[in-house]
Amino acid sequence: MPGTEKKSILPILELRDVRMNFGGVAALKGILHGVPEGIIQAVIGPNGAGKTTLFHCISGLLRPTSGSILFQGQEISGFVPHRIARLGISRTFQHVALFKSMTVLENVMLGRHPRTRSGFWATGFRLPGMRREERRIRESAESYLELVGLKEISHLQAGTLPLGKQKILEIARALATEPRLLLLDEPAGGLNMRETEVLGDLIQRICKYGTTVVLVEHDMNLVMDISDQILVLHYGEFLASGSPRQIKDNPAVIEAYLGES
Amino acid sequence: MKKTDRWIFLVLICLIAVFPWLAQNIGAISHYVELMIFAGMFSLVCLGLSLLMGYAGQISMAQAAFFGIGAYSSGILTAHFGWNPWLAMPVGASTAAAVAWLVGIPALRLKGHYLAMATLGFGVIVHIIFNEEVDWTGGPSGMVDIPGLSIAGWKITSEMQWYYLVWGVVLVVLLFSFHLLHSRVGRALRAIHEEEVAAEAMGVPTSRYKVQIFIFGAVTAAIAGSLYTHYVTFLSPSSFNLMWSIRFVLMVMAGGMQSLWGALLGTVLLTFVGNEWLQVFADFEVVVYGAILLVVALFLPQGLISLFHRAPGARHNPVSPASDEG
Repeated sequence: MPGTEKKSILPILELRDVRMNFGGVAALKGILHGVPEGIIQAVIGPNGAGKTTLFHCISGLLRPTSGSILFQGQEISGFVPHRIARLGISRTFQHVALFKSMTVLENVMLGRHPRTRSGFWATGFRLPGMRREERRIRESAESYLELVGLKEISHLQAGTLPLGKQKILEIARALATEPRLLLLDEPAGGLNMRETEVLGDLIQRICKYGTTVVLVEHDMNLVMDISDQILVLHYGEFLASGSPRQIKDNPAVIEAYLGES
Repeated sequence: MKKTDRWIFLVLICLIAVFPWLAQNIGAISHYVELMIFAGMFSLVCLGLSLLMGYAGQISMAQAAFFGIGAYSSGILTAHFGWNPWLAMPVGASTAAAVAWLVGIPALRLKGHYLAMATLGFGVIVHIIFNEEVDWTGGPSGMVDIPGLSIAGWKITSEMQWYYLVWGVVLVVLLFSFHLLHSRVGRALRAIHEEEVAAEAMGVPTSRYKVQIFIFGAVTAAIAGSLYTHYVTFLSPSSFNLMWSIRFVLMVMAGGMQSLWGALLGTVLLTFVGNEWLQVFADFEVVVYGAILLVVALFLPQGLISLFHRAPGARHNPVSPASDEG
């Protein structure tokens, strides 16, 4: 291993010519990009740009047609999702995918799954080690709920929460897996201004605690406010990359957003 | 285990304990004890199946085959080789586990109802083997000379003893299942049921859990089969055919798939329906089963257990159950 100094320069996530074809349709046409550790990276682009496809590839829900994805220097493309989660990548979904009939607390407790180990026999026979672990799972789940401000409603059924709270809960569940890299797919979608503000604040706190955040987002105010680096995709292709300031002034980006429809 | 479940569990223990005493003192239902022994054995099959159906979202059409694997393993090892029944039982259970693993791994890696199809074919094959391997199984004419059970030199002979033995095992499996469901593993199973993709992305190895549950169901079915063998002391392939597999699925569906209490209720009820209350229908029994299923599916999709409003153990899904895709 190189020294710690070098480690911070090494990108936590590296996309090398990632391509994804669905039949004859190319959703990603060779994406090349590096995400440095400890930043907030935004991925933007008009609808159909391939942002969600890219997330699916990184989290293992899709296997890229070609190219490689490196996480902390390790090739992960083609790994099954639960293995990638165990390695330290977690995510939320564009259309909230909570376990709706489970409670808020149980949702976050499930997030502890890759960091705990009690198996079939231990839980069925209620062995002492399992009970201890169960207690620890509950405690840490509660602390994640406290972090995102949902502790007071931890006993409610997840499906009964308003959308804004559901989105936050999904983030808490993802955080519970202790990710080094957190992928947020349109976290502000459907949120009002006040909720978006709270969300932006939370994302910045998550980053400060040392988790690299990649978010796909349409709310440009939020993106410009919190991102350190922005990647712009257009019809599955790389269009631009840079700081919010650079992206705002990039003529190609303006063209892509304003020049159509 | 939740508080309400714990209470029901205690009440159930009391009911099970006093039932034979009550039944024996009422002439008309004195033979119910024997029926309850069978209901207990079937409950073992159905508890594992209800976890598979209700939580892994998969159907096994081979429960009767696993029941048979346990039964014939015990029968062959004790009758042909003179093994101790208590040694033969784990061998039968392990055989069923190994076979379930072989069938389950390829079928459960795939999305959709491949397990139902694979087990359907597998169940038929197993039944044919029971019929054709005459040297081992006695073929269609059956297998005799199977010894009974004894515990520490005490022979288990009376119906009462059998009743308490079988229901003791049922209670152990029930408790095991409840603990399982209210733990890390159970949360994972419930998560798989609700949002499989999200569960997988949160680090839950979904296909491994499905295989484990399937194996668990095969093992409990095999144990039930071993008990059955030593109770009846006679085996015939017709007790392990496809019709029986369908019956087990019906028992679970009728009682309520996502509730262990439901599975228990459905099993006991349909055992009595099939063997006692509706015997007049004889060959039309299948039609009666079909009618029951239809009524349950149309009016009580959560099973009979949902009649007991907010029944503990039955998880009420306010959202439509069609949440496979998401």
